[in-house]
Amino acid sequence: MTRSISTETLEQMYEIMWRIRRFEEAAGAFYQAGRVKGGIHASIGQEAVATGVCFALRPGDLITSTHRGHGHHIAKGADLNRLMAELLGKATGYNRGRGGSMHMAAFDVGSLGAFPVVAAGVPVAVGAALGIKMQEQDRVVVAFFGDGAMAQGTLHESINLAALAQAPVIFVCENNQFAVSTRPENSLAVRDKVQWATSYGIPAWSIDGQSVDAVYDTSAEAVERARAGGGPCFIEAMTYRFEGHYFGEPQVYRTREEVDVERRDRDPIARLHDRLLARGVEPTTLDALNQAASEAVEAAVAFAEAGPEPDPETFADEVYSP
Amino acid sequence: MTAGHMREITYLQAINEALREALAEDPRVFLMGEDIGQHGGAFGVTRGLWDAFGGERVRDTPISENTLAGAALGAALTGMRPVLEIMFLDFSLLALDQIFNEWAKVRYMYGGQCTAPVVLRSPQGGLSWKSAGAHHAQSLEALFVHIPGLKVVFPSTPYDAKGLLKAAIADDNPVIFLEHKAMYGDRGAVPEEPYRVPLGVADVKRAGDDVTVIAAGKMCHFALDAAALLAKEGIAVEVIDPRTLKPLDEETIFASVRKTHRAVLVQEAPRTGGVAAEWGMRIVEACFDWLDAPIVRLAGADVPIPYAHSLEAKVWPRSPDIAEAIRKLVALEI
Ligand SMILES: Cc1ncc(C[n+]2csc(CCOP(=O)(O)OP(=O)(O)O)c2C)c(N)n1
Ligand SMILES: [Mg+2]
Repeated sequence: MTRSISTETLEQMYEIMWRIRRFEEAAGAFYQAGRVKGGIHASIGQEAVATGVCFALRPGDLITSTHRGHGHHIAKGADLNRLMAELLGKATGYNRGRGGSMHMAAFDVGSLGAFPVVAAGVPVAVGAALGIKMQEQDRVVVAFFGDGAMAQGTLHESINLAALAQAPVIFVCENNQFAVSTRPENSLAVRDKVQWATSYGIPAWSIDGQSVDAVYDTSAEAVERARAGGGPCFIEAMTYRFEGHYFGEPQVYRTREEVDVERRDRDPIARLHDRLLARGVEPTTLDALNQAASEAVEAAVAFAEAGPEPDPETFADEVYSP
Repeated sequence: MTAGHMREITYLQAINEALREALAEDPRVFLMGEDIGQHGGAFGVTRGLWDAFGGERVRDTPISENTLAGAALGAALTGMRPVLEIMFLDFSLLALDQIFNEWAKVRYMYGGQCTAPVVLRSPQGGLSWKSAGAHHAQSLEALFVHIPGLKVVFPSTPYDAKGLLKAAIADDNPVIFLEHKAMYGDRGAVPEEPYRVPLGVADVKRAGDDVTVIAAGKMCHFALDAAALLAKEGIAVEVIDPRTLKPLDEETIFASVRKTHRAVLVQEAPRTGGVAAEWGMRIVEACFDWLDAPIVRLAGADVPIPYAHSLEAKVWPRSPDIAEAIRKLVALEI
C-alpha cells in the first residue's frame, strides 16, 4: 500500500534526519577532541529508518532502542539538549550522567531505553506490549534491533512469545549490512528474513530503508494493524552504516570504495532532498530546514557544555527506589 | 506480629495465599511462568489461581527464561507488577542477562526515570527433596546478592514466606524471592488477615546468650534443632534468620554478636564466595572487639550436587554438625 505523505510531513522528516546527522557529527567531534571517552555508535546513513518508523507512531507509543540509538530517540521526539548533555555525562542529561551514549532513555517521550546488550531490548518491548494489552491501552511498541541481533536466542523467543500472545509490537530490524565486521549472511542461516519471520506466523516486509517514504508507509501499516489488535509483525529495513561500528573503528572488513558508493548513491537525506525538490519545494526552504537542524544541535551542544558535572556525592543514589 | 486468627498451613500454601491476595488486591499484579496456569506450577504453588483469575493474569508461557525476564521488565515499565516464576532456580541462569543487566540497573542507569517492580520467585536448594542432582538442587543466592539493585529474600517459615512475598510484590525494586523446595510441605501458624513482613528485617528465631548462629532457609531449621539439643546441655544458642539476604539487617546481627561474643554461620550453598563469607566479614568489620573466638562457618561442599544418595548426603551440613561446631566453639578457652 502506498500512502501519500504530505509535503509538509516530508519536510519535517527532512529536518529530523538532519538533526540526527548533525547530532552524531557533533558526537564524532567530541570523540575526536577526546571529550567523550565511551564508545559512540553512529547511525549516520540510517536516518530514514528511525525517522520513518517514529513518524508512524503517536507520542504515547513506546520504543526500545539499541547501542546505535541516538536517531531513535531524536526521531521519537526526545529533547536534544538533554540527549547531548547525557552524551557528555552531565547532570542535566536524561539519565543525569549515569547512562551515556549507549544507555540513552527518554521515558517522557516513550523511549524505554537503549539496550546495548545485543537484542536485550526486544523481550522488554514484548513485555511492554503485553502490559499495554492487559491494561487495554491504545498503544503499540516498536523494538529496534540490528541484523546481528537476529542470531540471538532471545530475539527468536521474543517473536514467538509476541506471536503467541498477539502482543502489539513491531519488530524493526535495521539491516545496516554489518554486525561489527560480520555480514548478515554470516549472522542468520536463513537468507530471506521475511521468510524467516513469517515462519513464526506473523506478517513481514523487507523494505528500502534509505527511502523514508517506504519506511513510513510500511510502518504506518504495521502500526495500524497492531493498534487494531492484529498482533505483531516484522520489518526489515535495508540500510547501510556509513561510519565505522563506532567512531574510531578501523573498518578493515570493507573497502573505502564500497562506502563511497553507498554515500554517493544511497544517502537517505540526499534522496529525500531530491524527492522534495521534485515535489516543487524551493531549495531555499530545504536549506532553511537543514540550517534549523544545525542550529538546534549547536544549541544542544551549548546546553550540554554549560551543564554541571554530576555531584560525585550522588554516585550511590537511586540504586534502589524508596 | 499480627494479631488475629492463626491457623496452620504449609509454606507452599502460604506462598499461594500471598499470590492470591496480591492478585485480588491489585489489578496491576499478574503471574507469568511455565505451566503455572491450569497445571498449577511444577510444585503446585500457583494451584487454583488460574481458575480464580484466568489465563491473562496467571499466564502460561513458553520455555524462554531470558525472554520472560525481559518481558516481565517491559510490563513493569508500563505500570504492571509482574511476578515471574522460574520452575527451578537453576534455570534462572538463562535469564541472568535480563536480571543482572536490566532489572537491577534500569533505575540507576536511566537516572531515576523508572522503577522496576518485578518479582522473581523460584525454588532452590536440595536436602529432603532427594536426588535432584546437579541442575535441580543448587543454592544460588550469592549470585543475586552480589548485584547492586536487586533485593534478595529467603524465608524459612510459612509466616515469613507469606508476609515477605506480599512485601516483595509491593516493593518498587526487583526482588529475588527464593523458596526452599524441601520446605514446601512444612507447616506453621499464619494469620488469616493480610499482613506484610518488611524486607530487610531479620528475625531472632530463638534467643540465647552463649553463641549466635546465623542461618537462612532450611539451614535455619537445622540450627534451631541444634539449639534445642544444646539447651539440654546448658548451652544457650541464639538463632538469627536474616530472612532478607539483601539488604542485610546488620543491626540485629551485630547486636546479637556483641551480646554472645561468638558467631557460627551456616549456609547450604557451596562454601566459596557464599553469603556466610559476607556475614562473617561484616561481623569482623563491626564487632571485632566483641568477639571472644574465631567465627565458624559451616557450608555446603564445593562440589556439583551428586545424584546418588550416599554421595548427596556428604554435601550439606546438618543439625549434628552445627551442634558439634557450637560445642567446640563454646569450649574454646581464649
Ligand atoms: C550480547 C552481546 N554480545 C556482543 C556484544 C558486542 N557488540 C556490540 S554491537 C555488536 C554488533 C551488533 O550488530 P547489529 O545487531 O547488526 O547492530 P549494529 O551495530 O549494526 O547497529 C556486537 C557484537 C554486545 N553488545 N552484546
Ligand atoms: Mg548491523
